[in-house]
Amino acid sequence: MDIFVLYMASKATTNQQLQCYHCGENCISGKIHLEEKVFCCEGCKMVYLVINQNGLCDYYDLNEKPGISQRITVRKDKFAFLDDKNIQAKLVSFRDEKQTHVTFYLPQMHCSSCLYLLENLYRLDKGIITSKVNFTRKEVDIVFLNALTSLRKTAELLATIGYEPHISLNDLEATRPGINKSMVYQLGVAGFCFGNIMLMSFPEYLGIDASEEGLRGIFRWANFTLALPVLLYSSLPFYTSSWKSLKHKFLNIDAPIALAIIITFIRSAYEVLSGTGGGYFDSMSGIVFFMLAGRILQDKTYRQLSFERDYTSYFPVAVSVLKDDKEQTVILPEIKAGDTLLIHHEELVPADGILVRGKAFIDYSFVTGESLPVLKEVGEIVYAGGKQTEGNIEILVVKEVAQSYLTKLWNRDEFKKQEETKSVSFVHLLSRYFTYIVFAIAAATAIYWQIHDAGRIWPAVTSVFIIACPCALLLSNTFTNGNILSILGRHHFYLRSAQTIEDIANADHIVFDKTGTLTSGREQDIVYEGEPLASEQEQKIAVLASYSSHPLSKGLARYIGIIHDRQVDGFKEMTGEGIEGFVEDDWIKIGSKEYVTGERNGEEGTSVFISINGKQLGHYRFYNHYRESVPGLVQELKKNYRFSVISGDNASEKDNLKKILGEKTTLLFHQKPEDKLDYIKSLQQKGKKVMMIGDGLNDAGALKQSNIGIAVAEQTNNFTPASDAIIEAKQLTRLARFIQLCRANKNIVMASFVLSIVYNVIGLFFAVRGNLAPLIAAILMPASSLSILVITFGSSSLQARLMKL
Amino acid sequence: MSVIIVLLIASVSVASLFLAAFLWGVRSGQFEDDYSPSSRILFDDKPSSTNQSI
Repeated sequence: MDIFVLYMASKATTNQQLQCYHCGENCISGKIHLEEKVFCCEGCKMVYLVINQNGLCDYYDLNEKPGISQRITVRKDKFAFLDDKNIQAKLVSFRDEKQTHVTFYLPQMHCSSCLYLLENLYRLDKGIITSKVNFTRKEVDIVFLNALTSLRKTAELLATIGYEPHISLNDLEATRPGINKSMVYQLGVAGFCFGNIMLMSFPEYLGIDASEEGLRGIFRWANFTLALPVLLYSSLPFYTSSWKSLKHKFLNIDAPIALAIIITFIRSAYEVLSGTGGGYFDSMSGIVFFMLAGRILQDKTYRQLSFERDYTSYFPVAVSVLKDDKEQTVILPEIKAGDTLLIHHEELVPADGILVRGKAFIDYSFVTGESLPVLKEVGEIVYAGGKQTEGNIEILVVKEVAQSYLTKLWNRDEFKKQEETKSVSFVHLLSRYFTYIVFAIAAATAIYWQIHDAGRIWPAVTSVFIIACPCALLLSNTFTNGNILSILGRHHFYLRSAQTIEDIANADHIVFDKTGTLTSGREQDIVYEGEPLASEQEQKIAVLASYSSHPLSKGLARYIGIIHDRQVDGFKEMTGEGIEGFVEDDWIKIGSKEYVTGERNGEEGTSVFISINGKQLGHYRFYNHYRESVPGLVQELKKNYRFSVISGDNASEKDNLKKILGEKTTLLFHQKPEDKLDYIKSLQQKGKKVMMIGDGLNDAGALKQSNIGIAVAEQTNNFTPASDAIIEAKQLTRLARFIQLCRANKNIVMASFVLSIVYNVIGLFFAVRGNLAPLIAAILMPASSLSILVITFGSSSLQARLMKL
Repeated sequence: MSVIIVLLIASVSVASLFLAAFLWGVRSGQFEDDYSPSSRILFDDKPSSTNQSI
């Protein structure tokens, strides 16, 4: 059997790489298999066995190779902290004597197979009653019986099938904000009332026989009743918003709108009570309905994304502390200086410390965007935020979690003060002028009728307020914003809120982070220096490199490209030093200078040394790889923006950056997280509107301080620091066009506003004369709303199409 | 004339039913996750292996 599969495997490699039946990753050896199914690692095979034994093989039928690679296995007692009563209490959403309800965040969830498996958890563990997936939020709600299983066991079960729950320090601190659905309810109520009032207003519009005068009264009273929920419930967002702004001595657009709603209602109620007319309940409820719809469209947020993350979302809940040679699980806030932490393979270093045992290979990609791990020897300082990549280490804590080099950034005042709106939208200023003009017209009308016919003051003045409500401005603004947000979202550029559109349009200075933003975190440029290698030799190096999961080996294997698999014997990996083994008949060593040549010093930058059969041949140098999109993007943005680059790295890339970004660009190196924040601040003090584009946690301060902070993410599921917008790295090419679209926003709003003024003038023409017939009002209002809707949607979509978005 | 009032009451109550259905739908989170229900409906309810003994 074994020989047969090996034969099959080797035969397959000549044509194509074997792919793991579970996760679809390339299988290096093809030695791990079950019947004809090949796996890349024992972990994947285990998961397959679990799924197969429980009759859940539909998992593999729904999607091909849906699994999550198990090469990096979860440590056995990783979830031991879930046995702690205090932690449990903070994580579970409900618990009684019998059962517990808990929600886990599973970032690995990606297809319908995941959904299938996760909703069938009860077949894997009898203690689990139900599990329900929310795919958009990548969460699973689990209900389990306390008698049969526990929180820890549930988390471990999820981890064994490849869905390790992400539990971060953040989960302990804040309670999850619920989604505010009240505006949707208000919209529903307004829509219901609007539709019915419209129907019942037909007698008003078309007239009614004198013989059926009684009916008219009934319809009017029905309208009055139906308008009450609109006035008292659906319009609440406008009242609260205008009240809030008035308290801050600021007149926003909601204030005149709230005023218009109230005046319309009073005037209409007066007409109904006195029997003089039917009022404008239809217009009032209609406009409230449209305005709410616009607000909801504009506020539609991306629930799967978070714009608020700080370091606590990255840091684990608990770590292992060594006390008297025993491992204890301690929750993170209780770590004190002087504790010795045991950091396992693939775990985050949560506090600054001195390395006391083991060899640290720290991956700081969360922090700096640099994906190549950094080597630290015993006695060196290890900063919080990095991830240990090879084996276990022990560190002696020198600073508490909140006081670390990285995390103390969040103790600064900029982070403590509550988030206030950074800027005020131009629509509020515009609406203010609008309001003044309306008041002036109303006053003029009042004076005019005072002289000519005092009895008509009241109807004329109220009509002016009804007609001249700046709801058209609000409508055009919200609908344009909503449409632009969704166009940008379709292109994987996600904005936090509608105000961000304007902030983007107003920026005049762009600050880039270097590593991970201008350069790609994943790829490196590799250059070989030394004795020339035959292609046969290169191939053997690549095959050996592919056996290691170290990023440098992986990069090297990818760079050379394996044409076909070869036999490797006696493969050895020295953690953090290098790898060696026989490829066919050659003994190859790949690794650090010390490992390969025995010499210690003189190594600069990142290099991988090679020796074949004991003969040292040369080394591969790894350079930062600039994203292909950067030069083009810079060309497009050059006309309108000044650039700066702030990097935490050394100045070795200075000349290269000057070439790409132009001579005028300010380049700053060796920048600490706080320096980045201060630099943005200094630019702002010079009156610049700064757009910061960054990716790592070390940019968090700068992103926060800038007028508009854009976080770059390789995948939108990845973690990004708090920001105003998130852009997928692949979309950076289009950033210039995105900015252009945001600039178009203002023009579109203005254009549709001008149109609405035309409607207003027609309406005012009737209003000032004091004879605004219900039918005219009933036609004007929906006509203006709908035409604004069409224009804003149409022109923003057209603009996007013109820009080839 | 009175028949119009009956119709009025009937139409408003039907509309209220739809409003109630909408509010219930929002409250129970039916608009929150648009991916899972459409996939969930395609899963076969195969009897689990433990129940197959009969």
